[in-house]
Amino acid sequence: MSLLDYFKTNKPNSASVAKERLQILVAHERSSQNRPSYLPQLQKELLEVIRKYVNVEQDAISVNFEQDDDQEILELNIILPDDHNKAP
Amino acid sequence: MARIIVVTSGKGGVGKTTTSAAIAMGLAKKGHRTAVIDFDVGLRNLDLIMGCERRVVYDFINVINEEATLNQALIRDKRCNQLYILPASQTRDKDALTQEGVGKVLENLAKDFKYIVCDSPAGIEKGAHLAMYYADDAFVVTNPEVSSVRDSDRMLGLLSSKSKRAENNEEPIKEYLLLTRYSPDRVKLGEMLSVDDVQEILSLHLLGVIPESKSVLNASNSGVPVILDDKSDAGQAYEDIVARYLGEDKPHRFIEVDKKGLFGKLFGGK
Repeated sequence: MSLLDYFKTNKPNSASVAKERLQILVAHERSSQNRPSYLPQLQKELLEVIRKYVNVEQDAISVNFEQDDDQEILELNIILPDDHNKAP
Repeated sequence: MARIIVVTSGKGGVGKTTTSAAIAMGLAKKGHRTAVIDFDVGLRNLDLIMGCERRVVYDFINVINEEATLNQALIRDKRCNQLYILPASQTRDKDALTQEGVGKVLENLAKDFKYIVCDSPAGIEKGAHLAMYYADDAFVVTNPEVSSVRDSDRMLGLLSSKSKRAENNEEPIKEYLLLTRYSPDRVKLGEMLSVDDVQEILSLHLLGVIPESKSVLNASNSGVPVILDDKSDAGQAYEDIVARYLGEDKPHRFIEVDKKGLFGKLFGGK
């Protein structure tokens, strides 16, 4: 046993690397799994509509989807530029 | 009431068919009338693992298309008269499987059988989807390896959203983890994810660990479900799994390094 333990300490522990990588990946994939597939399209079209009225940047709109046990929240965030009252 | 079990994994080659054959035989040996269905249309292999490949006349698709009756297609196992095999079609396309067709066959089987084991194909396409759709219980077969664990997690997501139980807002499918090809030696050396690691990542109830074992290939070579090799570690592990599934309290085995095996390894034995 002691012989094995000696080798063990000299080797990089690939199992713990695997575990860490998987934990990050699985958490990420679980959060995006239940997201509706229309979100990117929705974001694009919303941006087009808003740009008819206000000159906003590409990244001024964020669409977030969150899921609780009993409700789904679609959060839409638009950051207006400082001079948005001027016509585009 | 029949209980429908899907054996699934997402990833191929992790031991779905070996597991399906073993647990179906195990349940039948315990006296429960059991049918095991191959859902891998076009790539059938359950018949080979069960050792009945030369007795296939009609298949699952023939029954769905009403070209044969269920009784004509079911193959009775020669070793255990409580066990029947429904082979997949080797020639048809997987689109031959339909949701109504599968539902009808399962409904008819449920009249006669206590357990129906559905051997899912790899992947997440139609065959895999239909194998899990009507399930009551899911055996998620996973290897202690990154791609298999990731795919298993994906299957868990599908089990909880794309099944009949999920669609009808019924009690969800009961999910169990079967960790296969486990090597306690390598876990001890830090070369393999441990059973605790995998359980922590997937948060699944562990039904059992099947050690990496020569007996699995020996069993498939000769067309005998490995559970019938009661001298082998893998055979015993599957027996434990069947017992646990049926509610018996069996402590987990094959998780720790076997002392004798380690001794043998260090001093050049074996």
